[in-house]
Amino acid sequence: MNETKAPEAPDAPEAPRKLGAKAPRTRLSKLFDNRWAGLAGLLIALLAPFVNASDYALSIMTTAAIFVMLASGLNIVVGYTGLLDLGYAAFFAVGAYTSGVLATRLDLPLVATVPAVIVVTVIAGIVIGAPTLRLRSDYLAIVTLGFGEIIRITANNLPVTGGPSGIYGIPSLIDSKAGFYYVTVGVVAIAVLGASRLGRSRLGRAMRFVREDEDAAEATGVHTYKVKLAAYIAGAVWGGLAGVLFAGQLSAISPNSFTFLYSATVLMAVVLGGMGSVPGVVLGAIVISLLPELLREAADYRYFVFGVLLIVVMLLRPQGLWPARSKEALK
Amino acid sequence: MTQLVWNGLFVGSFYALVALGYSMVYGIIKLLNFAHGDLYMLGAFTGFAVLSALGGVPAAMTLPVLLGVLLLTMVSTGLAGVVLERVAYRPLRGAPRLSLLITAVGASFALEYGMRAGAGPDPRVYPVRLSGTSIEVLGARLTLQQLVLIGVAVVLMVGLHLLVTRSREGRAMRAIALDPRTSALMGIDVNAVISRTFFLGSALAGAAGVMAGAYYGKIDFLMGFLIGLKAFTAAVIGGIGNIPGTMLGGLVLGLLESFGTYWLGGEWRDVFAFGVLILFLTVRPTGLLGERVTERV
Repeated sequence: MNETKAPEAPDAPEAPRKLGAKAPRTRLSKLFDNRWAGLAGLLIALLAPFVNASDYALSIMTTAAIFVMLASGLNIVVGYTGLLDLGYAAFFAVGAYTSGVLATRLDLPLVATVPAVIVVTVIAGIVIGAPTLRLRSDYLAIVTLGFGEIIRITANNLPVTGGPSGIYGIPSLIDSKAGFYYVTVGVVAIAVLGASRLGRSRLGRAMRFVREDEDAAEATGVHTYKVKLAAYIAGAVWGGLAGVLFAGQLSAISPNSFTFLYSATVLMAVVLGGMGSVPGVVLGAIVISLLPELLREAADYRYFVFGVLLIVVMLLRPQGLWPARSKEALK
Repeated sequence: MTQLVWNGLFVGSFYALVALGYSMVYGIIKLLNFAHGDLYMLGAFTGFAVLSALGGVPAAMTLPVLLGVLLLTMVSTGLAGVVLERVAYRPLRGAPRLSLLITAVGASFALEYGMRAGAGPDPRVYPVRLSGTSIEVLGARLTLQQLVLIGVAVVLMVGLHLLVTRSREGRAMRAIALDPRTSALMGIDVNAVISRTFFLGSALAGAAGVMAGAYYGKIDFLMGFLIGLKAFTAAVIGGIGNIPGTMLGGLVLGLLESFGTYWLGGEWRDVFAFGVLILFLTVRPTGLLGERVTERV
């Protein structure tokens, strides 16, 4: 940490001041913000099947809910802590495959695989985080990109994961589609609440501090490496559990579900919604997952639009569409 | 065995060409240009478009025509790189790192899927194939064209090295890499130099794209993704920001892959390469020849 950092040195003292001045008001107003927005969102999610309970609608809504879970997990890593993870789908894949392999090989019910999934994703988080988190953040970005590819190619090549055709016949959690939707919404609601509480906890504040100014955080006694690793592991577990839901929903998984495209789409949801802002990210995830259904004809242009949108959001509105109230996020 | 070495050096020189752009841009403004691999793709497609527009090329003229197309492509991808920097990166130069990285990811997506929308999702077959008589060199089989491609790559790299170490322009680049603010005070037009750096890096990537297209014969809109990752790996192995190091890194990665494929089987080639990347970052993040990277901005 004792390298020269001439060009940006004058900016450094600003970050903590910004953070300190606004923190007290922010936390209170954000609590209200979250509670009402969250309850309203949950209510809409619970009532939606009464409006339209066709299989098609249910599967889209379940997918959207799983996507919300992924985005809120990635938000811990990117939004709170400021570490760019471009291979988030890897953890999603690790969760889905762990639970899929265990459930089909050992004939376990899906719920029984959850502890194993948590253990494996924590290990995956440590394996990729521990050696690389000491590096510059942009190295981490590209390492995670490589890691995502490693997981996908490995799944594609190993016999135990079924190779390119993947695993099928994974048992669902519940037989009825509506039932599965409700279970998913329940799990996702807990996950989102958990992520938002984590964001307001002592650890969460340390994460934000690391994002704003790593050197200053280190100097005031925050163990930045541990904080980053914690964020990484939390993100991995969130992603892995979303993977279990995904395996249960589709009952079949293959390496094609976990490409870089998927990681980038989750990132898009986080960035568009507003990094670090829980309601923003939830909204961003819903928009991003429903948009393709609404724009079926424009499917070819979808990712082009995503790319341009990423640039435009960063240029014009770097804090996202629904920023964290404190304006801490990246400005 | 010699065959493995030659294959490694051949692929490695492609990696090195692409990695140089990464390394130069990183060295000068500390930005990982995620869209760099897509400029390589853009180069391959530009070359494809020009060659298709020319119509049939007589077999005897393949090489000269290809070299002309190469030059044309280098100019156009170079300009594309300048535009990219101007539109997407320059407005964010003072912004947090994360914003820049995300913009770069967005630029990469826009290029890939813009090309897909423009040229269609199916792979294209290059109108010119380089398949010639093979010759024996030290017990390995090589085609003349392979040697020519390696030669072109070497000429480009040596030219770049001379430019950076000997010319005024190169001195300005090195000065900005060390300290942009002071360079500006000393009368260097920082923005112009950064633009020209993007031009050079993107032109080299475009050249590699045309060469890869002519050699492998098939191009598609996602071809830049993997080579971008590989080029980054090469840059890290050699020492990112360090130009001779980056060339060395490309060759080392090519050799490692060549032998890794031989031992582990082709399906594990990419896993092996990224494994090497992670290992290198853990053990020696500054790379084989890199010192300057330890600077933190």
